[in-house]
Amino acid sequence: MEHYNMNLNLKVWRQQNGKSKGEFKMYRVEDISSEMSFLEMFDVLNEKLIQDGEEPVAFDHDCREGICGACSMYINGKPHGPWQANTTCQLHMRAFKDGDTVVVEPWRANAFPVIKDLVVDRTAFDRIIQAGGYISVNTGNAVDGNALPINKDKADASFAAAMCIGCGACVAACKNSSAMLFLSAKVSHLALLPQGEPERHSRVINMLAQMDKEGFGACTNTGACEATCPKEISLTNIAMLNKEYLTASLVADK
Amino acid sequence: MLDAKIPAGPMDDKWTDYKGHCKLVNPANKRKLEVIIVGTGLAGASAAASLGEMGYKVKAFCFQDSPRRAHSIAAQGGINAAKNYQNDGDSVFRLFYDTIKGGDYRAREANVHRLAEVSANIIDQCVAQGVPFAREYGGLLSNRSFGGTQVQRTFYAAGQTGQQLLIGAYQALERQVALGNVTMYSRHEMLEVVMVDGKAQGIIARDLITGTLERHFGNAVLLCTGGYGNVFYLSTNAMGSNVTAAWKAHKQGAAFANPCYTQIHPTCIPVSGDHQSKLTLMSESLRNDGRIWVPKKQGDTRKATDIPEEERDYYLERRYPAFGNLVPRDVASRAAKERCDEGYGVGTSKQAVYLDFAAAIERYGKIEVSKEGRTGVGKDEIIALGKEVVKEKYGNLFDMYEKITGENPYELPMRIYPAVHYTMGGLWVDYELQTTLKGVYCLGEANFSDHGANRLGASALMQGLADGYFVIPYTIGNYLADEIYNKPVSTDHPAFAAAEKEVNDRLVTLMNIKGKQSVESLHKRLGKIMWEKCGMARNAKGLTEAIAEIQALKKEFWSDVKIPGTIEGFNPELDKAGRVADFIELGELMCKDALDRNESCGGHFREESQTEDGEAMRHDDQYMYVAAWEYAGESNWNLHKEELKYEVIKPSQRNYK
Repeated sequence: MEHYNMNLNLKVWRQQNGKSKGEFKMYRVEDISSEMSFLEMFDVLNEKLIQDGEEPVAFDHDCREGICGACSMYINGKPHGPWQANTTCQLHMRAFKDGDTVVVEPWRANAFPVIKDLVVDRTAFDRIIQAGGYISVNTGNAVDGNALPINKDKADASFAAAMCIGCGACVAACKNSSAMLFLSAKVSHLALLPQGEPERHSRVINMLAQMDKEGFGACTNTGACEATCPKEISLTNIAMLNKEYLTASLVADK
Repeated sequence: MLDAKIPAGPMDDKWTDYKGHCKLVNPANKRKLEVIIVGTGLAGASAAASLGEMGYKVKAFCFQDSPRRAHSIAAQGGINAAKNYQNDGDSVFRLFYDTIKGGDYRAREANVHRLAEVSANIIDQCVAQGVPFAREYGGLLSNRSFGGTQVQRTFYAAGQTGQQLLIGAYQALERQVALGNVTMYSRHEMLEVVMVDGKAQGIIARDLITGTLERHFGNAVLLCTGGYGNVFYLSTNAMGSNVTAAWKAHKQGAAFANPCYTQIHPTCIPVSGDHQSKLTLMSESLRNDGRIWVPKKQGDTRKATDIPEEERDYYLERRYPAFGNLVPRDVASRAAKERCDEGYGVGTSKQAVYLDFAAAIERYGKIEVSKEGRTGVGKDEIIALGKEVVKEKYGNLFDMYEKITGENPYELPMRIYPAVHYTMGGLWVDYELQTTLKGVYCLGEANFSDHGANRLGASALMQGLADGYFVIPYTIGNYLADEIYNKPVSTDHPAFAAAEKEVNDRLVTLMNIKGKQSVESLHKRLGKIMWEKCGMARNAKGLTEAIAEIQALKKEFWSDVKIPGTIEGFNPELDKAGRVADFIELGELMCKDALDRNESCGGHFREESQTEDGEAMRHDDQYMYVAAWEYAGESNWNLHKEELKYEVIKPSQRNYK
């Protein structure tokens, strides 16, 4: 593939902290290689800002290989940018051409308050997991791993749901800021396994209650979440969640 | 200084005997004891969950926004366990033996045996938690072979095993948070251990959002902070992975063991330019089907597909006919470096070799055709069928490669080059995982104990979870049982105030330098020194130069670093500055350790110590020891040696020819 260099105009959301008012600022970056990742382009911008005596743009990132779920930029109106099934850190600059203007914002959702610039607080996701996104088994109580055979298709489907990286792109993409795709991925992951059976009903009820409490919106089945999910978590998980919830509401003791 | 506290008795009975005789803490007392856990990857999250379940009051700290982001999540290939589900002759002894041999006879036998013993429990525990491991059609767990071992003992979840195991441990941890047994402090960084009367009684942590320093009391401190590969700047580690917490403990008196043992993984995507911020691994499993080669002609600029078969040098198959492309990681990495150094490298940087799937694609295509019982099928169709098979096996890795490089690995061979991946060295720990600093324990990659001079594939996840789920719950009790007689130290104690002042002074000093060079640029320079002189091949001259260069860089850092922003508030540049300052000091110690060890073993290759045909040569007579370095002031360390005694396994020179 031919490599090329480009100059870009960046329109970046700057906000000192959760209490202050934010604004867009324009920056120009030059000689950006098409081989760079999007975050490496931000590294270039930040080095320039530091040399100019300005504060660099704060953004979350860690593994830079698409699995930790830390990176979270809303690029040109799409969470994680233009590529399908991709995270911000794996977006590479050959997605852009010389002279482009790129707009970069944080995830926008009431339940994800801004900490600084492009960094938001996603601990609401942890609290949703605390509400029931686990199997209550203490260390040392396990039977042999092969004592309970699990249908391969179910195990594979469970894994497909468990691939969620908890980045929050689904929330950012949703017009209602709903966390249904995230939540349903966890409900499916555990409900599809026999180990998840004993807490199946209480789990879905409690997790959903926590989602509401955190201020996420309701689901209206638009599907923007699925379209933007870097791990291609399927909308069928939401269908499964609805089924689980309905059953649980009818039969659960609490 | 070094008492490994290895239980007496036959190897098979040591751990059982230990568990039968270690001190216990009764449930009422557990509620009164507080344990601080720093780092929430596989080791930290599993320890926090297990100790919380047992009733201890746990405080867990991580620098990420959530424990689910720890870098354990990026592990691809799998986790070993001596289950022998395949009936292919695996056993605790074989896993023990392979790990000792793979570590080039530089690991402690008793620890490794315990690791092999508990490995099977880990799989059971993870399955019970709902980790969706790969399964066969009969519903039972699937295994694959890995890293040159002769049995199939690796459990996996596609190419995301680390993710699934971490999510399992994370969920167990969040359950304990919900139950009130664990308090989670995310976006917090430990910056000092607080010592009172010769034992750890807490830490100073910094809230990375507000910048405020916090004092936390604990009856014991567990460091589960991962490896220090980022000392090389470019590595497969996450951007935030750092040595800071371990280094603070080291400077308080915890010995640092075998710092020079670094694993350079042979199959990573090569550096594409100066902008490069990190390197990405391509799973070792690719070497099962990919053939590694370079052109036979130096400086050949033709496209890979234009180079005819007879002009290609499959150098691993040529040099190591018995193991071919499946030689261990250290051997494969050095061979790639040798070819590139001689001018046979490919790509624009010439620092890469080809990993070619064309032969595998054709082979699989032919198998598909013969499965269908067809004849007279054209080559194009065979290739198309073969690509489908390869896609099923490695699709996610091929996609990742294409996203990063823009090249289609189904059509062109991958370009790969070795990269820093894992650090076998770490804080010295005894059999109980306690460091030489009383009350400070170290688990997972952060300690030195189980992998010797080279780690085998699929063993890192095993060790992290073994330490957290099945070792520390026993060994911590042996220490805490005596702590019940002591009243908790108030965080108003002068030791806390002094530690906090020390941390604060350091932050103020950093901010006041107001120099010209960014943290990142200084980190890059450190990485360059380390990679060139303490990387895949090392020699006395280079290491001596490196030590002088690092000392000079340290002076430059402390007089010319430029950190924007303020101490208060969210300031990632300040966080990074503290970490790079510690990496610089660690880099010096790594070179010192590498210089001391004038032998080649595992990931440590000293050019002075090789056979006539360029293979690594160990010197068991002189270096069969763990090098544990005690901090003794700036650029000064005392070496303590823990002699390694092999009671069960007889060391031999590794040979892959």
